[in-house]
Amino acid sequence: MRQWLANAWFGLLVAMSTSLSAFAGDWTQFRGPKGTGVSDETGLPVRWGPDENIRWQAALPGRGLSGPVVVGQRVFVTACSGPLQERLHVLCLDSPSGKRLWERQLWATGHTMCHPKTCMAAPTPVSDGERLFALFATGDLAALDLDGNLLWYRSLAQDYPTIGNNVGMAASPILCQGVLIVPLECPGESFVAGIDKATGRNRWKVERRRDLNWVTPFLFHNGDRDDVLIQSANEITAYDPQTGVKRWNFEQTGLSNIPSPMTDGRLLLIPASDQFLALRPGTDGSKPTVVWRSSKLKAPFASPVVYQDRVYAVNGAEVVNCVDAIEGKLVWQSKRLSGPFSASPVAADGKLYLVSEKGTTTVLDITSEPRVLATNRLEETFLASPAIAGGALYLRSDARLYCIGEKTKAGKDKATRMR
Amino acid sequence: MKTTHVPVQIGLIGVALGLLCSGSAARSESSALIDRIKAVSSEGQGNEAAAKAWRELVRQGPGALLELLTALNDAKPIAANWLRSAVDAVAERALADNVALPAARLEQFVRDTSNAGPSRRLAYEWLARADSAIAERLLPGMLNDPGAELRRDAVARELAGARQLLERGDNAGASASLQALFKAARDRDQVEQIAKDLKSLNVAVDIRGHYGLITEWMLIGPFDNRGGQGFAEVFSPEKGVDLKAASKGKNGAEVHWFGYQAQDPLGLVDLNKAIGKNMGATAYAFATAIAPVECPVEIRAGSNNAVKMFLNGKLIYFREEYHHGMRMDQHTSTGTLKAGRNEILIKVCQNEQVDDWAQTWSFQLRVCDSLGGAVPMAVAAAGVNDVNDAAAPKKGQP
Repeated sequence: MRQWLANAWFGLLVAMSTSLSAFAGDWTQFRGPKGTGVSDETGLPVRWGPDENIRWQAALPGRGLSGPVVVGQRVFVTACSGPLQERLHVLCLDSPSGKRLWERQLWATGHTMCHPKTCMAAPTPVSDGERLFALFATGDLAALDLDGNLLWYRSLAQDYPTIGNNVGMAASPILCQGVLIVPLECPGESFVAGIDKATGRNRWKVERRRDLNWVTPFLFHNGDRDDVLIQSANEITAYDPQTGVKRWNFEQTGLSNIPSPMTDGRLLLIPASDQFLALRPGTDGSKPTVVWRSSKLKAPFASPVVYQDRVYAVNGAEVVNCVDAIEGKLVWQSKRLSGPFSASPVAADGKLYLVSEKGTTTVLDITSEPRVLATNRLEETFLASPAIAGGALYLRSDARLYCIGEKTKAGKDKATRMR
Repeated sequence: MKTTHVPVQIGLIGVALGLLCSGSAARSESSALIDRIKAVSSEGQGNEAAAKAWRELVRQGPGALLELLTALNDAKPIAANWLRSAVDAVAERALADNVALPAARLEQFVRDTSNAGPSRRLAYEWLARADSAIAERLLPGMLNDPGAELRRDAVARELAGARQLLERGDNAGASASLQALFKAARDRDQVEQIAKDLKSLNVAVDIRGHYGLITEWMLIGPFDNRGGQGFAEVFSPEKGVDLKAASKGKNGAEVHWFGYQAQDPLGLVDLNKAIGKNMGATAYAFATAIAPVECPVEIRAGSNNAVKMFLNGKLIYFREEYHHGMRMDQHTSTGTLKAGRNEILIKVCQNEQVDDWAQTWSFQLRVCDSLGGAVPMAVAAAGVNDVNDAAAPKKGQP
């Protein structure tokens, strides 16, 4: 009886934990659940076009560089509109059909000026499976449940009036241990905050160097603890996600202030302006040590991908370089691809998907030497990093969200009926 | 007969009173919920109470819409976003459930210009989703609407008509329409499109006057800004402007105020030309605005450099950011012009970046109402050593 009760209690806990958190296979934040741009999905489409393998496409109310977030059968995306981008949108769509389930709008409370290439819907939202946290370049930050109920809202520009920059903020928030990590490094009041995801109030706020920075924080599982890594042009710093206490700092000039760091599970892989660094963090809190440097691997804009012990980065010449993650040695170099690239590439099922600004997605087979499997064209501007979930790729253009995947049986039946 | 009706009448009165009371109770309940939302303040204080109130207001459905919209009229920015998202949730869910919105009352709310522009616009947008004819019914009367977005749509609608006249060769009709539209338009894209169309008809318009751009300035500089120290330093113009007094500028050189008239179509003052190319330098520009009556204004500037703006000696805006882009109105602050003489001072700091794209040292500034229209005022030309930037003398340069 006691064993039965224990089993039942365990079963209930498992059921609760699965219902209360993101499912495996969800795409919950910038560059996916681990922030690495990698998905475990298989059977993803290789070829698509206006008449092929597009499950659905949905018109969006405005531009956005933010990537889609997928939780269960819901896709979330942010956008901005208006002559001065003063309208901020959070949308929820049904992932099987693309039907819009709800939309919430905010009025921008912060600075809306930016470089014409970017916009106020630049940071990608993040979800814990129950809630969506949407940050905009204006400093407007909203927490919503998956049905569109507003849980809390912050105007960071009202709280800290000098935040922002005239180029446009873009770093995305991440979640760690119930804390929403909000990066707001800028020429004004520059900081990173740990915000209680339940209440929206600050748990901590640490001052950062006053400078431009677009790097999304990265969560590194360092032994039995989590480090929140904040990379800027001159340093990478690890913070305790609960308290914001600095654990270590690695100073190095010329680190990237656009693409994000990542890990292969052992090393920290850090893009810099003219090289790439692999660091081994000390498990005792000591400073990391440099394991290798590679001048072959450059990632000026799009974040690199670490996939199956190899690091892939697309350089300014629109060439993908691949180095092995252990020693940093060049493995191969692709031919020039059809760029330019703003979106960070994603990897899954032995393939690398590279979405160009002009809407050409090159699908590279990376199981051995690089082989172009397909170049798929959608004649729109694509700046957002894609998402992978439910056997589909989600590509977000300036005007639409595309769900790319083989038609499901239900979809085929519906199409047949419509004919 | 009468006696038999008395209980009925009493009953009806009772029901009516009951309804009144319940309506009043509901309003009172909604008011309390709205108060909780309006109590949110800085750094997330009040979020939990506001979230509960938000859910309860949304649960009330379309019956809460008017009260929510009315509450938006005077809501501060944080509360406004709570309230507008509640309006969205109520209306969206009602339409999804085929529940009618209170269309007549919403339309009345939109028509009532004593309501705030953003809340009227929000009501309008939900009306438009339910009634596709609403734009044609309301927009024709909104060319001079006090709400920015409704006015914008009204201008866009009329502009489409004026351009059709142009295409048909009705130049007189198009010109008359475009001239009226030029007066009404506030958004830069519309103003400049209309001005361009008018130019094609050989009708000149005063864009600088329309925007309220100040083009006549008194300038002084350079003061120091090496190491970015000048932005925080209070140089003599910030202590009080005396146009006849000399000041100690960069490297100890004596600098003087001098008059300057910007010729740029959008009032840009190129300090590299006016004062002379300087890196690590600070300049001040001063203007006197004579207002016939006291009026609230927005003082808006564009500059690639770090700026501070002062109105009647009071700091009203600062932003210390260099060479990350310039846009008209990127620096915006509010203030009040008093009746009579007002002093407007802008401090513009240049840093020491050597990049080609970091050499600009300039600004433009306008005084306007909240929609971006010029306000009644006269800018007094100082008349001391007036120069024209076409000649580009460098008075004041050490």
